[in-house]
Amino acid sequence: MSMTKRDWQSITLSAVLLAVAACLPLTGDAYMLSIGITIAMYAVLATSWALFSGPTHYISLATAAFFGLGTYTTAIGIENGLNYWATLPIAAILGAVLAALVGLATLRLSGVYFVIFTLGLAELVRQVVTWGQNVSGQKGLYVLTDITEVHIYWQLLVLGGIVYLTGWAIGRSRLGFALRIIGDDEEVARHSGINTSRAKILLFMVSGATAAVVGSMLAPRYIYIEPALAFTPMLSFLVVIMALLGGTGRLWGPLVGVIPFTLLWEAISASFPNQTTLLLGLSFLVIVYLLPRGFVGLIESGKRKLREREAFA
Amino acid sequence: MTTGATVLSLRGATKRFGGLVAVNDMDFDVAEHEVLGLIGPNGSGKSTTLNLISGALKPTEGTISLRGTPISHLSAADIARRGIARTFQLVRLLPSMTVLENVRAGAVFGHRRRWGAEADAHALRMLALVGLDRRANAHVGELTYIDTKRVELARVLASEPKVLLLDEWLAGLNPTELEEGIALIKRLRDEGRTIILVEHVMDAIRSLCDRCVVMSTGTKIAEGTPEEVLSDPEVIRAYLGDDDA
Ligand SMILES: Nc1ncnc2c1ncn2[C@@H]1O[C@H](COP(=O)(O)OP(=O)(O)O)[C@@H](O)[C@H]1O
Ligand SMILES: [Mg+2]
Repeated sequence: MSMTKRDWQSITLSAVLLAVAACLPLTGDAYMLSIGITIAMYAVLATSWALFSGPTHYISLATAAFFGLGTYTTAIGIENGLNYWATLPIAAILGAVLAALVGLATLRLSGVYFVIFTLGLAELVRQVVTWGQNVSGQKGLYVLTDITEVHIYWQLLVLGGIVYLTGWAIGRSRLGFALRIIGDDEEVARHSGINTSRAKILLFMVSGATAAVVGSMLAPRYIYIEPALAFTPMLSFLVVIMALLGGTGRLWGPLVGVIPFTLLWEAISASFPNQTTLLLGLSFLVIVYLLPRGFVGLIESGKRKLREREAFA
Repeated sequence: MTTGATVLSLRGATKRFGGLVAVNDMDFDVAEHEVLGLIGPNGSGKSTTLNLISGALKPTEGTISLRGTPISHLSAADIARRGIARTFQLVRLLPSMTVLENVRAGAVFGHRRRWGAEADAHALRMLALVGLDRRANAHVGELTYIDTKRVELARVLASEPKVLLLDEWLAGLNPTELEEGIALIKRLRDEGRTIILVEHVMDAIRSLCDRCVVMSTGTKIAEGTPEEVLSDPEVIRAYLGDDDA
């Protein structure tokens, strides 16, 4: 299918926004840069999460497992003399392999089992890594590189650009169409000749590989990593909440949720550091009850009302 | 209608749900270009038989073959790709999509796979065939009942199946719609398609089917031309028994 004028418009707009975002470090404000990294990180995680969960409606709570896998891949790689850049593709491959294994084991099951399994998986991986570290006698790992915060920020922006292009390409492909059909009616999808497991696993692999690379990119920021940090379940929940707040029906949806929620979350964690879990649960309830389709749903029903009003005017 | 080589055959096909034998040792063949009626009272196992053929369910015992190759171990998706396509007793459409997109699903992933402009053109041809090309861009939520059935049929046809399974496609239509519906299936029949038709409407069975297989409580009780089976005392008893209940 050829590119329409609208496609070019969205690509140009995205490129301009990305270029503007890339200028943030020029402000020289360390606090802004730190928030920028957090926003970029969640934007990439939530967007790639929604690539899979948006059309399939499967809620994955395994983001932390992939993220931690990437973080540890980079830490262990560097400790063993690998170049930092070489650890990124390794993390991507490991993330994709883990996603494929989880997918093969669970995607035949119904949604509820999938949620529980992914949460359990993240916890299992964390326990295994903790055990491995206890055996080796270390509590954590040092990640010493000459990569600065600015580099991390730019790397995340590039990865974000790649995720957007991938999502856009999938949306125009047979795979993207297959996923929309699966999301609408899996029985129809199967009877139309779609290998539903394969389609879902492929998307889950894209999502898992991306989260692993994000983990790799963030490793140098932490300097010292421990399982409790790299595999924190809070990360999985935050990604789900932000993606749902934005809405998973559009590629740009999660981003619209990530920016306000990250800022809000920064304020909350600073003011109520001991109540974060409670507030996380509350935000989840509020979003699910008040904005079931996220900001995307709100914007689209607003647009529809406007059109209807114009039609009657 | 001249009939040719055997396309589909069931041998000892059986499906048990716990203690209930929904389909019991079914044997029958469908020849190329043939319209086979699968009839019987409610709950006699007609839909379950179609489910076994389309791969929605795996047979507990027995084999189903397409042109001599066993398919009963394959997934529904693989069976669809080999050329068996079906409609559902309760219409199943893709609710978030337009009429054209629904039909394109068949064109893109079915037995013969198309993409892009070619898939759209083919989907439009199928919509024209079922008389719905003017509604191509409508949302499926806006359609009347018979039009939802037309969309489902067009989706199935778009995959260019070798065998078409229609599960009570005419059920629930009003008299005018029924006439249109029968005419539509007649056209498919005249194109030489191979069809298994699960039906209750007697007029449709008489005018559309070359041959009928009659089921009662999971078992085949008669097989022959519509006139033969509909005058068979055992068939009449099965139907009347059902009505008495
Ligand atoms: N998935 C299922 N699980 C258990 N019982 C079923 C299932 N599907 C059908 N049955 C039972 O199998 C029998 C045959 O049903 P069905 O094939 O739908 O009949 P028909 O289409 O001829 O009306 C019925 O008794 C029905 O209740
Ligand atoms: Mg039935």
